[in-house]
Amino acid sequence: MRMSEFIIRNAISADLAAKDKEGIIREMVENLRLAGNFKNNESEDVVKAILKRELLSSTGIGDGVAIPHAKHPSVDRLVGAVALSTKGVPFDSVDNDPVFVLVMLISPQERPSEHLRALEGVSRCLKDKEFVRSLRQATSAQQIWDLICVHDKSA
Amino acid sequence: MSRLRLSVHAAPRERQAASEGLYYFHNFSAYTMHGEPLRQTVSITNPQGFHMRPMAAFVEAANRFPCRVTVLRSGKDPVNGKSMLGLLGLNAPEGTELVIEVTGPRADEALQALVVVLQRNFDEE
Repeated sequence: MRMSEFIIRNAISADLAAKDKEGIIREMVENLRLAGNFKNNESEDVVKAILKRELLSSTGIGDGVAIPHAKHPSVDRLVGAVALSTKGVPFDSVDNDPVFVLVMLISPQERPSEHLRALEGVSRCLKDKEFVRSLRQATSAQQIWDLICVHDKSA
Repeated sequence: MSRLRLSVHAAPRERQAASEGLYYFHNFSAYTMHGEPLRQTVSITNPQGFHMRPMAAFVEAANRFPCRVTVLRSGKDPVNGKSMLGLLGLNAPEGTELVIEVTGPRADEALQALVVVLQRNFDEE
């Protein structure tokens, strides 16, 4: 699945304000909520589900990237958000380095294949060092969206 | 540790070792001495597929060994088993067969550890 198929354009942020892991997760979930992606205003419950998943093991995969995620009944299809933290944020990552690039995924219950296909799409983009370098230099949500769309078309 | 289930897709030499009742990982030493890759096919049995927690455990285990670790999935380019971004690209739901290929020092130990990770059921923990 290509990133442009599940990343919600209006939930992209080029400069997250929060300075810690929970704050970053709350901010990204709020961006998804504002973009109208949750039923019944369940964003606090989504935050809890993501934090619970982080307790099992951090989704900070190293090289400044994290993929916080959860399954939650508040979505009917997999939705994602992309965000940058320009200063970097501690995320208990595997390499202990701060995280600069975040891709959040919220999947419906009982649809594991969709989640795996989304991860494949994330991998396709983030394995491309040139893409990640450009992404980290982006200064607006529009730039991030354009980078994702251009990469998806070229892949 | 209990003896691991041998895949029906294992190489003939592995099958022969299993049929002879040998603890077949030990038989791999002959391969590693010559620097040839060891391979084992593992079927994903987790209903959630090969997802991020098992992937993280796999990468962590792979990085404990000096040998090269490659994961192969039919129809896809081989990926580096020591890289999370590599594994994320596999898209391996339940029932997918992955081939773990290890080459170099301590390859037999690494293969054994990696098969254990793939057969662990993370969702019941």
